[in-house]
Amino acid sequence: MEKRTDKNSYTILFAVVMVVVVGALLAFTASSLKPSITENQRLEKQQNILYALGINDNDESNAVFISTAKAPEAFKNNVTDQLVITIDASGKIVKTQTRDEYVAETKQEPYLIDVKKEQENAKNGKNRKLPLFVGQRDGNTYYVAPIYGKGLWDAIWGYVAVDKDMVVQGAYFDHKGETPGLGANIKQRYFMDDFIGEHLLSEDGVFKGITVAKGNADPKNNNKTDNAVDAIAGATITGDGVTAMIKSDLKLYKPYFDTLKNN
Amino acid sequence: MGLLSKKDTKLITDPLADNNPITIQVLGICSALAITAELKASIVMAVSVLFVLGIGNVVISLLRNVIPSKIRIIVQLVVVAALVIIVDQVLKAFAYELSKTLSVFVGLIITNCIIMGRFEAFALGNGPWRSFLDGIGNAAGYGVILIIVGFFRELLGSGTLLGFPVLGNPIPGEQTGLYALGYENNGFMLLSPMALIVIGIIIWIQRSRNKDLIED
Repeated sequence: MEKRTDKNSYTILFAVVMVVVVGALLAFTASSLKPSITENQRLEKQQNILYALGINDNDESNAVFISTAKAPEAFKNNVTDQLVITIDASGKIVKTQTRDEYVAETKQEPYLIDVKKEQENAKNGKNRKLPLFVGQRDGNTYYVAPIYGKGLWDAIWGYVAVDKDMVVQGAYFDHKGETPGLGANIKQRYFMDDFIGEHLLSEDGVFKGITVAKGNADPKNNNKTDNAVDAIAGATITGDGVTAMIKSDLKLYKPYFDTLKNN
Repeated sequence: MGLLSKKDTKLITDPLADNNPITIQVLGICSALAITAELKASIVMAVSVLFVLGIGNVVISLLRNVIPSKIRIIVQLVVVAALVIIVDQVLKAFAYELSKTLSVFVGLIITNCIIMGRFEAFALGNGPWRSFLDGIGNAAGYGVILIIVGFFRELLGSGTLLGFPVLGNPIPGEQTGLYALGYENNGFMLLSPMALIVIGIIIWIQRSRNKDLIED
């Protein structure tokens, strides 16, 4: 190697130029692609919610979303309202807004509410907004709630559709960076389908959640009232993360479902 | 192959067997253990590394005379990271589904020691075309091992290949195929230690066939 490249001044100059060039390149790429990335993410949220609602293009064994071309139309037709329930730090409902009320107040669609940010608000003792999507499928009304938590490596999240008795009617899970072949399988159909029909409440109406359990002696998932589904081998911590986010996030909706029952 | 001289061909074929990055150079073991629980992930990782190493080697080779030797490792890291992130962003914008499959691998590609190893050992001292061939060859050699390991781990661990059940239905009470005869999946295959054992077996077979590879 040439002598000139060993000089300190050259090294520093090179480092500075490299950082500026690469930084500018990345910033340019990120900002010029941002609109289409945001649009993709928006459509994906609609697809996720529709998937949980049971509106998808599933084939025999794979989970397939409804196509991005059809998603906005299906979302408009099947999601009849997007409620925003505001709860205070003690979990009591402060107010419940319909989509139109919420959009009039904030100029934002409720399905774009950042669940992670709301969790942080709650942690700081502030009010938390809980979006709840009211959907129609085959003449039944289902409620889809978003959940968010952490797996082994990074964030995991999902959408769970329940009926008015908090019996699960559909579930969609996704992850940012779980291990391929192990934790990443939470977005496989065989795992997500196990949740369908499971009860979130115990028989006397107490919120129990659904535990992703090892060795629950029910691998075929025949028992729908045991508040448990079969875990994925080799993915203990991701499974525990799913259990935890179902417990902590869906529990918050219980007071709202209580009010549904009283009406 | 009129385009390739004998020496160039060797650059591609050597890493496939007698100078394999995983079994001989012992590089890239970490990702070979981490993501080979299923065949599809192995294939995706192999193709991604092929792409990144091919282009990265060319970029480093072009820059080889201007990179200050004191900070060359950092420069190499910046090149891989920038390359991978740009590809990731472009995919996110134009092939969103594909990008979701790949996003898990982004971190693994950047930190893959094969990439840094080839930059350091080859691209810094050779021209772009030869560096490109070296990159392709080494990535292919890496990919072959990954796919072999992924094949056995998925087959023996889950009884499937690329997600399709090939050994029958393992659900208790309605077993078919091998499972009806009492066969069971080996859950241990899904854990990383078994990947190391599979790689160990490959190394064993390779060295017993070619005694020159055995170190003193």
